[in-house]
Amino acid sequence: MASKTIKVDYLARVEGEGALLIKLKGERVTDVQLKIFEPPRFFEAFLRGRGYSEVPDIVARICGICPVAYQMSAVHALESAFGVTVEGQLRALRRLLYCGEWIESHALHIFMLHAPDFLGYPDVIQMAKDHREIVERGLRLKKTGNEIMTLLGGREIHPINVSVGGFYKVPARRDFNELRERLLRARDEARETVGWAARLRFPEFEQDYEFVALRHPHEYPFNEGRLVSNKGLDIAVQEFDEHFSEQHVAHSNALHCTLNERGSYLVGPMARYNLNFDKLSPLAQQTARDAGLKETCHNPFQSIIVRCVEVLYAFDEAIRIIDEYEMPDQPAVEITPRAATGAACTEAPRGAIWHRYHTNEEGLILDARIVPPTSQNQKTIENDLRAFLPARVQLPKDELTWQCEQAVRNYDPCISCATHFLKLTIEQE
Amino acid sequence: MKATIVIGVGNEYRGDDAIGLLVARRLKELPVPHTQIIEAGGEGAALMEAWKEAETVILIDAVQSGASAGTIHRLDAQAQQIPQRFFRYSTHAFSVAEAIELARALNQLPARLLLYGIEGKDFAAGAELSTEVRYAAEEVIRRVLIELQMIC
Repeated sequence: MASKTIKVDYLARVEGEGALLIKLKGERVTDVQLKIFEPPRFFEAFLRGRGYSEVPDIVARICGICPVAYQMSAVHALESAFGVTVEGQLRALRRLLYCGEWIESHALHIFMLHAPDFLGYPDVIQMAKDHREIVERGLRLKKTGNEIMTLLGGREIHPINVSVGGFYKVPARRDFNELRERLLRARDEARETVGWAARLRFPEFEQDYEFVALRHPHEYPFNEGRLVSNKGLDIAVQEFDEHFSEQHVAHSNALHCTLNERGSYLVGPMARYNLNFDKLSPLAQQTARDAGLKETCHNPFQSIIVRCVEVLYAFDEAIRIIDEYEMPDQPAVEITPRAATGAACTEAPRGAIWHRYHTNEEGLILDARIVPPTSQNQKTIENDLRAFLPARVQLPKDELTWQCEQAVRNYDPCISCATHFLKLTIEQE
Repeated sequence: MKATIVIGVGNEYRGDDAIGLLVARRLKELPVPHTQIIEAGGEGAALMEAWKEAETVILIDAVQSGASAGTIHRLDAQAQQIPQRFFRYSTHAFSVAEAIELARALNQLPARLLLYGIEGKDFAAGAELSTEVRYAAEEVIRRVLIELQMIC
């Protein structure tokens, strides 16, 4: 039987660089390896010996796209270690900051990286020539997310205003006036975008995933909740280690994270949506329904619609938070460090991000562990390709390669989070 | 007068990739009139936003094109397309080269956009800046100051 190896040297339009190797024998997929080249857990080592108050600014540097996610999991983990809970308006401001990051990150992926796949362009630059309106809308929405980040975080990327216990400074109510107007306009555009995304054409492809996301009794999850799945998982985030394992695999430098006994699982927008549809705002729920998106979605290609729904939700939630905002008396609650262990999980744009820190009595970091969303999805991405390929192996090589890349992009893999250099290679012998 | 901005792009923790940021920091310490100096992580849409109102933009970033370490590349975005692979070591998929080309496609390029690329050698996390890149940075600072004098 003839065997093929498809080779693609580059995984374009994913954050960072990665490698994907696919081997085919006839119509049989003999091997799929998502290769991730990770420097030896640089940041975990870098954090050792640092003071707790340095952690938010250091982890923000891990990724230019989701710095808030790293900061939020870090501050919650350290607050849990020090026995502190951040509530009220400070908690609300953290949600608002997260709204900014989701908008920014999702808009980047929806319009700049993923839309060209569905509209048949090699990249957004070519797409902009025929779909100028859509690209400009994407830039506008993304900019509004940037503005939330700048107002609260001090600057658009690598926000510097987040501290263990809260913020270094907090805005006054009037500081939100102009932003609120722009958020209202952006929310309308975000609403239209859901309908636009739903009209794209999607390959027929559904899988029986185990979706894992936070679930909170009253909110669509950003900062808090229990880790739950559609297959029976329901744990406190501190119990992560008892239920999930990270393994080295020969072909990848990053760790593969799996659920003990059940294996691969999926984190990210689809998992959040499927497990928390009832917690979306009425506007987001109604817009999803109007667009024909059911309360559960099992087609990873439709994650672009789910991201659009989450962008709409983030605008809606940001407006709600601003409308209820009152400037807190103190920008942060007081912290007294102690020797302890603290863990936390929050919802990065790409899915659950888990941190755990050991500190000594002065609050120095003795040990840090960071499990980013992309390393959790790695195995699921490989499984998707195994299932996706057999029906398509007859396609011309270029087309097949493109479709495989698209299947990887469904996960918006942030290679710079999971690792740093990822290079995509698909081989067809 | 419309603004002149200098943007240093880079990642502190990625060896030679930090050089754009360091150049921006050095320039901030010097008397550079009528010029805004910005440090950026290189995310493309944010770059497009940063230069939107500017007449003249000078971008400084580390590159890897195969030339020897410390080589200084000067590209004029109005005169030529920016090869996307040039900036492959950025951690962003939508980065400097894409931002410039998307701005071109949307007719949003500033009147003048110059790009100083410094050929890097070591982009590993936690690596030190290489000597060649440090020396090249001094030369780039000198050249950027001359460019700014000619503009202002």
